Amino acid sequence: MNNLDLDVENGGIYAVLGPNGSGKTTLIKSILGMVIMDDGQIEVSGQSIKNNWLYRKEINYLPQIANFPGNLRVNELIKMIKDLRNKNNRADELIQLFNLNSFLDKKLSTLSGGTKQKVNILLAFMFDSPVYILDEPTTGLDPAALLNLKDLIRKEKQAGKTILITSHILQFVEEMADQIIYLLEGKIYFRGTMQSLLKKTHQTKFDHAIAAIAIPSEHV
Amino acid sequence: MPLRQLQYPLNMFKILKYSFFDLMRSRWSYVYFMFYLLLGFVLLFLNNDISKAVITLMNIIIVLVPLIATIFGVMYYYNSKEFTELLLAQPVKRTSIFLGQYLGVAGSLTLSLIFGLGIPFLCYGLFRSMVIWDFALLLVVGGFLTMIFTALAFNISLSNENKIKGFGYAVLMWLFLAVIYDGIFLVSLIVFEEYPLDNFSLAATMLNPIDLSRTLILLKLDISALLGYTGAVFKQFFGTNLGFLVSLGTLILWTVLPISRLMLKSKRKDF
Repeated sequence: MNNLDLDVENGGIYAVLGPNGSGKTTLIKSILGMVIMDDGQIEVSGQSIKNNWLYRKEINYLPQIANFPGNLRVNELIKMIKDLRNKNNRADELIQLFNLNSFLDKKLSTLSGGTKQKVNILLAFMFDSPVYILDEPTTGLDPAALLNLKDLIRKEKQAGKTILITSHILQFVEEMADQIIYLLEGKIYFRGTMQSLLKKTHQTKFDHAIAAIAIPSEHV
Repeated sequence: MPLRQLQYPLNMFKILKYSFFDLMRSRWSYVYFMFYLLLGFVLLFLNNDISKAVITLMNIIIVLVPLIATIFGVMYYYNSKEFTELLLAQPVKRTSIFLGQYLGVAGSLTLSLIFGLGIPFLCYGLFRSMVIWDFALLLVVGGFLTMIFTALAFNISLSNENKIKGFGYAVLMWLFLAVIYDGIFLVSLIVFEEYPLDNFSLAATMLNPIDLSRTLILLKLDISALLGYTGAVFKQFFGTNLGFLVSLGTLILWTVLPISRLMLKSKRKDF
């Protein structure tokens, strides 16, 4: 990834899209400090992330794969993350929302994929942080949980949070995102609103526009 | 800010606590514990002599403990990869994550060993015997070997993204240190028999934590017949007490070095 210059203002939902290997994950991991950049600079809420770990208090992260220590119980895992962050939380409210009450005493290895994803969402949304990074948030969710997730994301947006989402479900992106950031080969290939994307690619449908954007043509 | 400095060891301890809970409830910890429990009872009641039981146990421990620690370390690292990424995204220092997980694995394995062997020995009336110190040393060495090989396994896993490769290298490392090393050592003693080999064999023993542990225990047991060439050299060179201290010090170095590399490597790695 090089020459990527991205400035995300406070508030709003940003969808990071791009084909496999375009650098979506690298971008997210760089922001989270998991990938250490050779060069360049990232700031989160005005703090440089280099040699810093406290800035991650500002970020709620939802990883793509929900895989937790199998012999811990759900409530122990929630307690562990609460212990690590030491911050006000709304775990109980989210447990109600996603109907996780009956799973609290179950071991994580016995949960289904969808339930694990609900736990994953709970861990990401239980703290009040200004930045959210959601990697494929819809994986394995049933329709009711998906609606709950969308409501949660919308509420956070209204509260002025900045939300970065990657997703392969274009319908979800179309419904949620304020801005599209399209990455190709580690560079920002397009950035703008849905309307400007449709206009730029001369398409009327979002999925066609996404398919068309990566194909260079003289019109573009 | 003093609070900020305090948070670092505190976070490590929290991660250690939950890794430890997770591992202590795993089926494999029970299997490992039950194995030692059974081994302890069988050895004590089949061999009426506690010192013989200690020697047999030593021979099993110095080979088996490194193997189990290596396999557990590698498996734990790769299995918890996604969860580690979740932890990396929390406001926690990288070294507290990896040190916490490492101590969780090494700690739970050490506890299985200590309780598994300790219970049968207590039942047999360990405290009435003078062998208690030999037995305690056996457990200390078992603890060291667990710490060393878990740390080596974490190092190998951190350096290899590919699970199969990491697992392969780790098992090869064990095979080399537990079996092949001694073979090479013996062959070279025979081949170079005309030369003075004292320093060579001292160094060769120091460079392998398994050999070092064996020498340490045999020096303590003070059984000349079992000391072998290296043991005899150790004894002659340092005398029993100094030899004991030097080998213990080297064992500590063997523990500290891989842990330091683990911390350094984890700071620089991309996940």
